[in-house]
Amino acid sequence: MVRLNLFLLALLTVCALGLVTSQHKARKLFAEAEREQERARTLEVEFGQLQLEASTWATHTRVAHIATQVLRMRAPDAKRIRIVTREVPGEGRRQ
Amino acid sequence: MNFATSPVLELTLPAWRSRFVALLVFCGFAVLAGRAVYLQGLHNAFLQAKGESRYGRIIETSANRGRITDRHGEMLAVSTPVKSIWAIPEEVKFEGPQLSKLAGLLGMPEREITNRIAETGGDFVFIKRQIPPEVADRVAKLHIRGLFQDREYRRYYPSGEVTAHVLGFTGAGDAGLEGVELAFQEHLAGKAGSRRVIRDRLGQIVEDVESIRAAQQGKDISLALDAKIQSLAFSQLKAAVIRHRAKAGSIVALDVGTGEVLALANVPTYNPNNRAQLSGAQLRNRAVTDTFEPGSTLKPFTIAAALESGRITPQTKIQTAPGRFTIGAATIRDAHPEAVLSVEQIIQKSSNVGAAKIALSLPAESLWDMFQSVGFGAVPRLGFPGEVAGRLRPYKTWRPIEQATMAYGHGISVSLLQLAHAYSIFARDGGIVPLSLTRVDLPGTPRSVITAQTARRVRHMLELAAQVGGTAPRAQIAGYRVAGKTGTAHKQENGTYAAHKYVSSFVGFAPASNPRLIIAVMIDEPSDGRYYGGEIAAPVFSRVMEGALRLTGVPPDAPMRPVEMPAKGQEVEESI
Repeated sequence: MVRLNLFLLALLTVCALGLVTSQHKARKLFAEAEREQERARTLEVEFGQLQLEASTWATHTRVAHIATQVLRMRAPDAKRIRIVTREVPGEGRRQ
Repeated sequence: MNFATSPVLELTLPAWRSRFVALLVFCGFAVLAGRAVYLQGLHNAFLQAKGESRYGRIIETSANRGRITDRHGEMLAVSTPVKSIWAIPEEVKFEGPQLSKLAGLLGMPEREITNRIAETGGDFVFIKRQIPPEVADRVAKLHIRGLFQDREYRRYYPSGEVTAHVLGFTGAGDAGLEGVELAFQEHLAGKAGSRRVIRDRLGQIVEDVESIRAAQQGKDISLALDAKIQSLAFSQLKAAVIRHRAKAGSIVALDVGTGEVLALANVPTYNPNNRAQLSGAQLRNRAVTDTFEPGSTLKPFTIAAALESGRITPQTKIQTAPGRFTIGAATIRDAHPEAVLSVEQIIQKSSNVGAAKIALSLPAESLWDMFQSVGFGAVPRLGFPGEVAGRLRPYKTWRPIEQATMAYGHGISVSLLQLAHAYSIFARDGGIVPLSLTRVDLPGTPRSVITAQTARRVRHMLELAAQVGGTAPRAQIAGYRVAGKTGTAHKQENGTYAAHKYVSSFVGFAPASNPRLIIAVMIDEPSDGRYYGGEIAAPVFSRVMEGALRLTGVPPDAPMRPVEMPAKGQEVEESI
């Protein structure tokens, strides 16, 4: 009788410790998951900010300004444009 | 001494004494048991709530407002979190250099901060709102007592004033107040959620108890707008408004096939990222909310109605001499009296007398039908706030003079957006599809307004108008055939026409062989001495259309050679 009781006591202690450990582990993992989610949110925010920055740099007005003012680019005038039509087999050259 | 023979044991006490002690102990236990039952069984809800409040917390899960992009995915409006710094005035205490450091970080004079705190007696005052998160972190590191931070969102518009009127803006609480932000509020807005969690001593979340409400992220919107065409349209419009010292101007570009709004801009405008000083004039989305008497740009509809009725053909000759036409007390005039003009020439030279005579030969109902079926007098239902219907009176109340003036666009008012949309019947063989602000992948079936034959005939006339010999040679583009019509109208002021205030407009499409884009331009009160639509609005059309055709990769349909311009003194002046 005493031996059985001692055995049950030991079993109970082991189970109780097991519960404590697993609870602790669960909380640790949860905290980690939480941290990762927070990181995901931060990255999301950063992504938005970078997108914002990218589209600010790529504003058409700015690109056009740099192209014409800094790089001195311009669209060719009509005299210097030649339209090339695709050669269709059997039809020969048009224009 | 033997224990068993202890004299104490010999003593006998009255039996009630032990029973009395037992009773006392029993009563003590009974009280404890009763209390336990009361606390754990009857009164436990309150205690559980109290206990939970020691470790449980309800936290907000934030939701972003959806992004707005153009048709190619370029960002037009993005929300990003910022911080607001607030204080409890009674608790704020600056120690040592904290105040000066705070002032430096926030870019505010120290005086302003202390004033703000001193002036507000209550227990809450914003020190500064919408500051970047990095600055907020550095403020937090100062550990000032009574100073707190909150997370909020700020919406940024990278393209600034260029897309201001289309996008609109958001106000407090990230709610849309104007433009697309308002029109698609339901779609864009996110709903913040909340969940109950357990926090430990360090404030870290250790367990998720339940999700009270899941956060709903706002959905993104892909607009029909093309950021490049929009930018081009805006810059050309702005340049024209400045060059001609005009009061205002609007431009609209539509995709013929789908009814998508590719560009929509107004001048004056504002920067949605900095709305410190806004006037009503800057805020007005004129292309949608303002109507004007379009003038000659309406003539093609009169001609189309007449062609549909079968009363005329493009070659029918109409006597327009002597350039005047009197109906009752009123006289309709042409800028340059001509003799006999064909219907084609009436459009080409924009003769008021010709258009009026054709209109009078028609029953009022058929003219009204035409105007009404292309959308005049009806709200376009794009979803923009303040969309207007314009004025188209029922034909039964028309007097003959009104029927005649309506033929060339007076006595009727439309918005620029309606006008551009209406021209799609000429650009696409008689059909019309509803306008759309968002991308359209499968265009709806067009509603047929006029026959394909009539549409082609009018298109040809419009092409003549946009060439040498027409009113708008400046609308031409090298390499493309262009069709369009100028309009110049006196502005109405207090019920009468103002003598020297004009609205110059041009509506056209290209390439004429297979139209892809419609662009409508309106310049309000040009005041540098010129005011003809062909001189003011047509060049804007030409530059924007040229760029837009190149940007959308439309192949040229005409030989690539410099455009011809009429010799000096040979320009055709439009009748007003």
